[in-house]
Amino acid sequence: MSFFRQVSTLVWKDLRVEFRSREILYTMAFFAAMIVLIFSFAFIKEGQVVDGVVPGILWAAIVFGGTLGLSRAFDRERESDTMRALLLSPTSRTAIFLGKAIGIAVFILVVEVVVVPMVALLFGAPLFRDPHLLIATLLLGTFGFAVVGSVFAAMLLRTRSRDVLLPVTLYPILVPLLIAGTKSTAGLLEVAPNYSAIYFWIKFLLVYDAIFVVVALGTFESLVIE
Amino acid sequence: MKRGLFFAAVGVCAVLFPYTIYLIFFKAPLDRKLFFNQKIFYYHVPNAAMLFVSVIMCGIASFMFLRKREGRWDDLAEASGELAVLFGLIVLVTGSIWGKAAWGKWWQWDARLTTSLLLWMVMVGYVLVRKYGGPGSERLAAGLAIFGMADVPLIYFSVKIWRTLHPKTSVVKSLEPGMRGPFWLSFLLFLAMFYILITLRTRAAAATRELRELHESGLDAGVFE
Amino acid sequence: MTIDTLTVSALTKRYGFHRALAKVDLTLYAGKLCALLGPNGAGKSTLLGILSTLVRPTQGKISYGHNGSEVNAGSELRAQIGVLAHSSLVYGELTAVENLEFFGRLYQLGDVSARAQALLDDVGLGDKARHRPARTFSRGMMQRLSLARALLHDPQILLLDEPFTGLDRQGAAALARSLASARAQKRIVLVVTHDFEPLADLTDHVVVLRRGKVVHEQLSAGEEGFRYDELKEIYHRYTE
Repeated sequence: MSFFRQVSTLVWKDLRVEFRSREILYTMAFFAAMIVLIFSFAFIKEGQVVDGVVPGILWAAIVFGGTLGLSRAFDRERESDTMRALLLSPTSRTAIFLGKAIGIAVFILVVEVVVVPMVALLFGAPLFRDPHLLIATLLLGTFGFAVVGSVFAAMLLRTRSRDVLLPVTLYPILVPLLIAGTKSTAGLLEVAPNYSAIYFWIKFLLVYDAIFVVVALGTFESLVIE
Repeated sequence: MKRGLFFAAVGVCAVLFPYTIYLIFFKAPLDRKLFFNQKIFYYHVPNAAMLFVSVIMCGIASFMFLRKREGRWDDLAEASGELAVLFGLIVLVTGSIWGKAAWGKWWQWDARLTTSLLLWMVMVGYVLVRKYGGPGSERLAAGLAIFGMADVPLIYFSVKIWRTLHPKTSVVKSLEPGMRGPFWLSFLLFLAMFYILITLRTRAAAATRELRELHESGLDAGVFE
Repeated sequence: MTIDTLTVSALTKRYGFHRALAKVDLTLYAGKLCALLGPNGAGKSTLLGILSTLVRPTQGKISYGHNGSEVNAGSELRAQIGVLAHSSLVYGELTAVENLEFFGRLYQLGDVSARAQALLDDVGLGDKARHRPARTFSRGMMQRLSLARALLHDPQILLLDEPFTGLDRQGAAALARSLASARAQKRIVLVVTHDFEPLADLTDHVVVLRRGKVVHEQLSAGEEGFRYDELKEIYHRYTE
C-alpha cells in the first residue's frame, strides 16, 4: 500500500474514532472558548477590551486548546495500547506519525471553526475581510503546531510527568509560529492592511512548517521507538 | 595533557579572579555615559559568550548521542545543558541590570534578548526533562535540544522583523583602549572557568553513568544471583 | 519468504535494574506448537514482546529464518506476525467489524469485509455483537475480537499471551481448532498460558521459564504432541 494510502487510512481511523464520542472536540472547543473569555476579562481597560489583543487571544486559545487535545489524543492511544497494535503492523513509522499529526490538525481546525467566528463576533473584528489569507494563516499555523506537538507528545508518551512536561518543552519551540500567526492576523485586522507584511508572515509560517517537518521526520524514529 | 590543561585553567582562574576585580574596579576608565554601571559589561559579555558555547556544545553532543548512542556524548550534553542554564541566568540578570542603567528599563523585547530568553527556557526545559522524565529521558532531552537549536534562527528572525519599528537597543560600542585589557582578561577568566566547570560536571556525569552501567552488566552476568 | 524458524540466542532484557530475561536460548519451529509456561513474573510476556519485534533486547540476538538464511526485520517481517497480548489492541469506539476492516487495510488484505466477517464467524462473535462498539464488549467477547485481529492476516508467526483467558468452553474449543489448523499449516505458534488443558495433544514443544531463565525445554517424541497429564507433570515439576 502506498505511503499516502497508509496515512489516509490512519487519519480516517482517528477521525472516525473521535466522531463517535466527540470527547476531544467538545472539550477542546469549550476550553478554547473559555480561554477567549478569560483573556478578554483579563485585558479590560476602562470597561473595554484593549485594542490589539485580539490576535493574541485567538492564538492563545488555539495553542492552549490544541495542547489539551494533543495530550488527550495520545493518552487515548496509550490507554487501549492501540499504539502497540499500529507498531506491530507493517505500516511505516513515518506514516503513523504523520497520520497522528494530520488527525490532530483536523481536530484543531474544527475547533477554529468555532473559535474564530466567536472572536470575530465578540470583538467586532473584521477577521473575514480577506478569508483566503486568514485561512492560509490558520492552516499553516495549525499544521506546524500539530507536527511539532505530535513529536513532543509521542516523545513523552511513556515519560513520567508528561502532562506538565509537554507544555514546558513545546511552548518555547512554538514561539516563532505564534509570532508569525499573531502578526499575520493582526495585519489582517488593520484598517488599511499591509499586504506585503502579511504575505511575509505567511511565508514565514511555511518556512517554519517545512523546517520542522524535516526535523520531525528525521528525529522521530530515534526518539519514539525504543 | 588534559590534566595539565585543567590545572592551568585553575591557575588562570585563581590569578585572574582577584586581578580582574582589581583592574575593573580600580584601573579601568569610567564609561562616559553610564559611569559605574557600565562595569557590569565586563561580566555580562563573557558570560554571554559562554552561554553561546554551552548551548552549541549541548546541541552537538545531543545530536551525536542520538546518532551514536554512546554514553560519553550524553555526559557532555548533560553537563553543557546545565551550564547553559547557569550562564543563561547570569546573562539575563546582568543584562537586565545593565539595561536598567542604560535604557531605564529592566527588559526589552528586541531580537537578541528575546532569543536569549527563549533559548534559556528551552535549556531549562531540557534540564527539567532530564530530572523529572524518568528512565529513558536522556534521548528525549537530546531531541528537545535539537529542536531548540533548529528553532533559534527562526526565533531570532521572527522577533527581529517583528520589532523593526521599535527603537534599536544600544549597540556594543568599540572599546576604549583602557577597557580592552580588563575585558579580554575577564573573557579569559570565564573561559577558564567554563573549562573547569564542564570538565568536572562531565566527569561527574560519566562516573554516575559508569556506576550504573557496571551495575547493569553485573546483573546481566548474573553476579547478583 | 515464509519464516520457518525463530531463534533467540543469549537473549537478555533488563528494565533499569530489573532483569526480566537472562541469557535465554530458544528456537521455535514451523508446525510445532510451543507452550511457554512459568509462574508470574517469569518473563514470558517480555519474551513475547521481543519476538514480536516491539521490544528491543538489552543483549543477545534474535533471528527469523527461511530455508537456513536469515530474514531481515522490517515491515515485511511484521506482516507475518500476529500477536494476542494482555491488552485488547483494538479501538473501543469502533465496532468489531470496523476494527477488523481497519486492521485489514493496514495489513493490505484483499476483500477486507468478507475476511472480517469470516473471521468473526470463526471466533464465534455473534452478528448483533459485531456491530456494537468494542468498549461495550464483555471480557470474553473482547478476547474473541482480539484473537480475530491476531489471526486476520493469516500470519506465519502466531504469538499468543494467555489466549484462553475469559473464554467459555465454546470459545476455548474454537481457539483450539484455530491453533490446530495453524499447526497443521506449518505455522510457528507460541502460546503463553497457565491453562494447558485445551492445549493437550496440540503441544509439541514445552518451554518453562522461571525468573527470566529457561529451566526446562522438551520436544514431544512423535507426531502426537504432549498429553494433558504429561504437561501437568512438567508444569508442576518445574514451577514449584
